[in-house]
Amino acid sequence: MSSLTGTSNRRLSHGGWACVAAIMMGHALLMLASRCSADERSLAKVDSPSKGRKHLAQDHNIPQVALINDQIRQGWAASGLTPSGPATDAEWCRRLFLDVLGRIPLVEEINKFEADRAPDKQLRLVNELLSEDGPYVEEYARNWTTLWTNVLIGRAGGSEEGSLINRSGLQQSLRRALQRNMPYDRMVYELVNANGSGRPGDENFNGFVNFLAGNLSENGIEATAKTAQIFLGVQVRCTQCHNHPFNEWKQNQFWEFNAFFRQTRALRRFEQGSNDVTFVELANEDFGGEDGNAEEAVLFYELRNGLTKAAYPVFFDGSELNKSGYLEDVNRREELAKWMVKSDDLGKMIVNRLWAHFLGYGFTKPIDDMGPHNAPTHPELLARLGKEIRGHSYDLKQLIRWIVLSEPYGLSSRMSAKNKKDDPSLGEKAMFSHFYLRQMRAEELYHSLLTATEAHKTLTGDQQEKQSREWLSQFVTAFGTDDNEETTTFNGTISQTLMMMNGELIKEATRTDKASFLARVAANEKLSGKAKIDYLYRAALGRSPSNTERSLTDQLAALRKGDAVAALQDAWWAVLNSNEFILNH
Amino acid sequence: MSLFSTPSGMTRRHFMAHVAGASALALPAMQFTKALAANSQDLKKRHKSAIMLWMGGGPATIDIWDLKPGAPTGGPFQPIATSGNAQISEHMPMTARQMHNLAIIRSMSTREADHTRGRYYMHTGYVPNPNIEHPSYGSVVAHELDDQSKSLGLEIPPFVSVGGGSVGPGFLGMTFAPFVVGADGNVRNLQMGLDQERLMQRMNMLASLEKGFISQNRGDSAKDHAKILDKTLQLMTSKQMEAFKTSREPKEVQDRYGTTGFGRGCLMARRLVEQGVPFVEVDLGGWDTHNDNFRALETQKLPELDKAMSALVEDLEQRGLLPDTAIIWMGEFGRTPRINGNTGRDHWARSWSVVVGGAGMKGGIAVGETNADGTNVETEPYSSQDVMASVLKALGISLDTTFTSKNGRPMKIANSGKVIKELFA
Repeated sequence: MSSLTGTSNRRLSHGGWACVAAIMMGHALLMLASRCSADERSLAKVDSPSKGRKHLAQDHNIPQVALINDQIRQGWAASGLTPSGPATDAEWCRRLFLDVLGRIPLVEEINKFEADRAPDKQLRLVNELLSEDGPYVEEYARNWTTLWTNVLIGRAGGSEEGSLINRSGLQQSLRRALQRNMPYDRMVYELVNANGSGRPGDENFNGFVNFLAGNLSENGIEATAKTAQIFLGVQVRCTQCHNHPFNEWKQNQFWEFNAFFRQTRALRRFEQGSNDVTFVELANEDFGGEDGNAEEAVLFYELRNGLTKAAYPVFFDGSELNKSGYLEDVNRREELAKWMVKSDDLGKMIVNRLWAHFLGYGFTKPIDDMGPHNAPTHPELLARLGKEIRGHSYDLKQLIRWIVLSEPYGLSSRMSAKNKKDDPSLGEKAMFSHFYLRQMRAEELYHSLLTATEAHKTLTGDQQEKQSREWLSQFVTAFGTDDNEETTTFNGTISQTLMMMNGELIKEATRTDKASFLARVAANEKLSGKAKIDYLYRAALGRSPSNTERSLTDQLAALRKGDAVAALQDAWWAVLNSNEFILNH
Repeated sequence: MSLFSTPSGMTRRHFMAHVAGASALALPAMQFTKALAANSQDLKKRHKSAIMLWMGGGPATIDIWDLKPGAPTGGPFQPIATSGNAQISEHMPMTARQMHNLAIIRSMSTREADHTRGRYYMHTGYVPNPNIEHPSYGSVVAHELDDQSKSLGLEIPPFVSVGGGSVGPGFLGMTFAPFVVGADGNVRNLQMGLDQERLMQRMNMLASLEKGFISQNRGDSAKDHAKILDKTLQLMTSKQMEAFKTSREPKEVQDRYGTTGFGRGCLMARRLVEQGVPFVEVDLGGWDTHNDNFRALETQKLPELDKAMSALVEDLEQRGLLPDTAIIWMGEFGRTPRINGNTGRDHWARSWSVVVGGAGMKGGIAVGETNADGTNVETEPYSSQDVMASVLKALGISLDTTFTSKNGRPMKIANSGKVIKELFA
């Protein structure tokens, strides 16, 4: 990639966009200047990068990027791996759009990036996508709202009849938070400590209550398990019944953590004169204790041998809380939220989660099961990035910036003999010496198709969300168990392929009527026949067709006997159905 | 020769074979065509299959197969006599008449009482391991009976999951992944609405793209994608898809199975087995009865189960399929003998029951015993691995089979489970 080596073999583009770039660059540099000073202050102790490598990846003068690059390189050296070369500009750009905005880039967006020759073009594109007052702020918020919603309540959460979860309520609150880049610790605090109605429009509406709303039955066992797992990377579900056989968690810790949720109630509110739950209000109430003594509000749990033990709220670090169940003495859930946002685990978990989002694998497998029993691949990097993000007010966009500008994120997905063995899909430790192929998420496919066919311009955000939910439901199965377990067939199955070949979404994307995308491409007089095919390849794959591919489309055009739209339709269908399209590479 | 020329006057199958010559993608389709041996009708009668009835959520087996009347844990249900030696719940009267074909394993004792882990363990014989994905029952059976599928000319996927509750193919690859359909048997997006010729031209175009990307050495997922395209194409053009359509059955047959999702799923399983599909899994969820266990069982779960399960066993026996078709009834775990404050039962793995039958396994018996209140297994405990080993043996699959996982680790089939001897006595 030109920006990594500082040279470029691309022709200088002409036209007006260079001016725009210069203006944006000025803006970006200003932003960078203020940021860098803070970064340098907080990261004075970053080791100097390993010596001996001839081509050092650019660190964009961001110490945290240098930290990542250095630590990851040390891993390569220790495992005898040689990294793949950098991805092409178009590949990197496509990857970035998919991972940050949840869709592939438009042809104009790729062209603009490729034509840019400045060495800081990656940094500028990243800043543009993440800018809080830039053109992408809504798309960013939409994508991360989807991602967080799926983490918090799953894809099926709120879709069942009579569900206590109001999905769009959660999404509304998340979107607002993400639009203004709410610090992550604040977001976690809001989710764990949420009170109010989960239904949009109510006076005391607070969409964040929908995270806990569906998890409070059976004394909040699932609220306990999910809160620990999602935010702290601690899997305690098994310890509900017994000490964990393989990790360090003990049964008493589960119930001591559970004790924090015992003042929390999901109050069902009914429509007048009906038994249908219309919304849920999350509220705190005094907890009387299981033996009726609210002064020392106890809960009991059963050991495997049948003995009963008592538990009061205790944090994982052993610090105890006032045992009273009276709210006027102590609000247990609020204390939990306060303690969680101070925990080291919070930083490590969000680093691990975002790293896995961008690199395909986290530092641990699974990402939300951390601790001494599950050693991370890069313990020092994980710990230090965790500290860094805490030191930067849990600014998620900052963390994203560090990761996507790092060397491993910019590597090609083409493997070489010298890094072929670095394949976590075979059960090996992920060393990130090449980019790991991964399939687009269903939501990413949906929005990519909208973008590629320029249909996103005719639908509002709410319409897109509604349609994508309807479309998605065909891939999601909820098991109806108490842990809200679910599964998807959007993972490379025949069902998925049938949808890609014949489904409504593809039919829509390959329409040829007058107003359709293909008809518009066919009628575009600025594009020659060859350029039309080129445009389709760039729209879907971010690259031009090879000579073989060109000759095949020529043959196709001949067979369609001059019906240009029909020939474009066949080519477009094939491109959208290809592995290259669906796999983020 | 141009890739897109289509000689006129060709049948569909010939056409596919023809384009296959020019396309690496369509090649396996052609191989299947060639493999349609003259003796396939013979084979069809004798082929091995298995049907798993998956009780998602963890069924209270103490209220179905191993009752404890009078014990404080027993609950209100009473046992009734069956056509076999074992008694079962009064709310399973039709299945009671089929019990001579089925064996209850009452000494199941496992350790996974979490839904996700239990589902994985019972489907694979292995506990979850972050570094390896184990293949599920259906994938193992479909893989091991692949030669049989080929000689039968099977064009539809060898592992069908009605309801989608199964576990994936793990290191055996997406070719052996469960093909998930709803109980209505409607396979979505099956028709392209284009003529065969144009479909093939598109496929050839696509084949070129696929090959190009695969050749760039970016890993297995690129190759897997091409393989699944191939399978999909085969399915889109297959007449065997009729097997999914339970509405083709006479009304009285449909009524016998019950017009519930599970009823239709069981009927579809029979049709698929007749078509030669080696493994079908049918889901019946809703067993996570932490609240109001007995009412849920008596009024909903057991009537639905009883009707469909009894009709399936009866049909398989009548049609002469039972000697070659294994049946496995199980969930991720059982439920606590102790009845909780909400008249429910919670997760319990230490002592519970699984039911198997067919494919030569001995019917009419109960294997193993639990103690008076059902809290412990009194006889030799059996595991997921042991059940799997027994079913595989019944299907004629060698227990010496060893897979090699993707990272080169040898993995014994059924995780070295022991065959449950009583089933083959």
